[in-house]
Amino acid sequence: MSFTSRRNLFFAGVLGFAALFLWGLRGLPDFGRYEGVYGLTLNKVGVAQTHATNLVAAVAFDYRGFDTLGEEFILFAAVVGVAILLRAHRDEAATDDAKEKEDEGRSVPHTSDAVRVLGLGLIGPTVLLGLYVVVHGHLTPGGGFSGGVVLATAALLVYLAGEYVALRRVSPESLTELAESAGAGSYAVIGVFGLLAGQAFLTNVLPLGTTGHLNSSGTILLINLAVGVEVAGGFSFILAEFLEQTLLVRERV
Amino acid sequence: MTFLPFAIAAWLFAVGLYGIVTSRHLIHLVICLSVVQSSTYVLLLAIGYRTGAGAPIFAETPVGAPVVDPVVQALTLTDSVVAATVTALLLALAVQVHKKAGTFDPDELDILQG
Repeated sequence: MSFTSRRNLFFAGVLGFAALFLWGLRGLPDFGRYEGVYGLTLNKVGVAQTHATNLVAAVAFDYRGFDTLGEEFILFAAVVGVAILLRAHRDEAATDDAKEKEDEGRSVPHTSDAVRVLGLGLIGPTVLLGLYVVVHGHLTPGGGFSGGVVLATAALLVYLAGEYVALRRVSPESLTELAESAGAGSYAVIGVFGLLAGQAFLTNVLPLGTTGHLNSSGTILLINLAVGVEVAGGFSFILAEFLEQTLLVRERV
Repeated sequence: MTFLPFAIAAWLFAVGLYGIVTSRHLIHLVICLSVVQSSTYVLLLAIGYRTGAGAPIFAETPVGAPVVDPVVQALTLTDSVVAATVTALLLALAVQVHKKAGTFDPDELDILQG
């Protein structure tokens, strides 16, 4: 299909979208006047029921825990997909010289001392912040998803401040792979606790503790930790795989 | 009636889709898809917003104070992280395509290769 006809098709489609969107908007309450029963009810009873003060975490890991389990496996599958795609690439790169010429002329950017010093100084605080965000996910904003990403950022800082070899030493492939799969697996295992207690899958059956304390909210805390481990492992893994690709190119230059 | 947040969501969706339809570079296409995805976050958060309400975190806020809807926030939280890994997967695909076909232009990928 030519460029112009594609664009015309787009404009026709976007008109249809606009019509449907405006029609849908008419059924929505005005901005700022949300009156959804589900959310408003959770705001009233959520803290008493789950003993978690971060209701977003309570919704994600308890009330809608099964939905989040699905999301988690999307994440897992995506990371595995990246590994499969880039590894196949790595093997063929060793034999296929035909495409190598394209990469010639690329130069390796030199890391400045300022980046090295700043990166080195930021590694410690970043790990600390990541751990804090993961562990306090049921109390304050954050949790396994966001904290895990912060932790993976520390791996990127190691690469920026040092070298790829240093990154490999602090996050070896086997360890990040293990963290990723163990995190995903333990989410499902925590769900089985509910079944063992004779209730539904992912029911919060553990003691809930005192609201506001670190050791509270039962399975929400555990799932938060599992997700944190998985996301940190998965993101560091993706990072290392892409960096390995860059290195392949650099070695050939 | 304020409809600006909804308009922004629609605009992000349309702009991102336009980028995908007319894209001439696979990396550009993947980033456009991220723009389309972010429109859903704006829409979700806009729907759950209540004027003058705080965040649904009761660490300091007393229960019963007006807060926004936690359900849409939870959906957005999980999805934004998942979307990042899916973007990584698509970028890995783009790398593979470039390796196989020697081009990033989707228009030049019209020959089916085994």
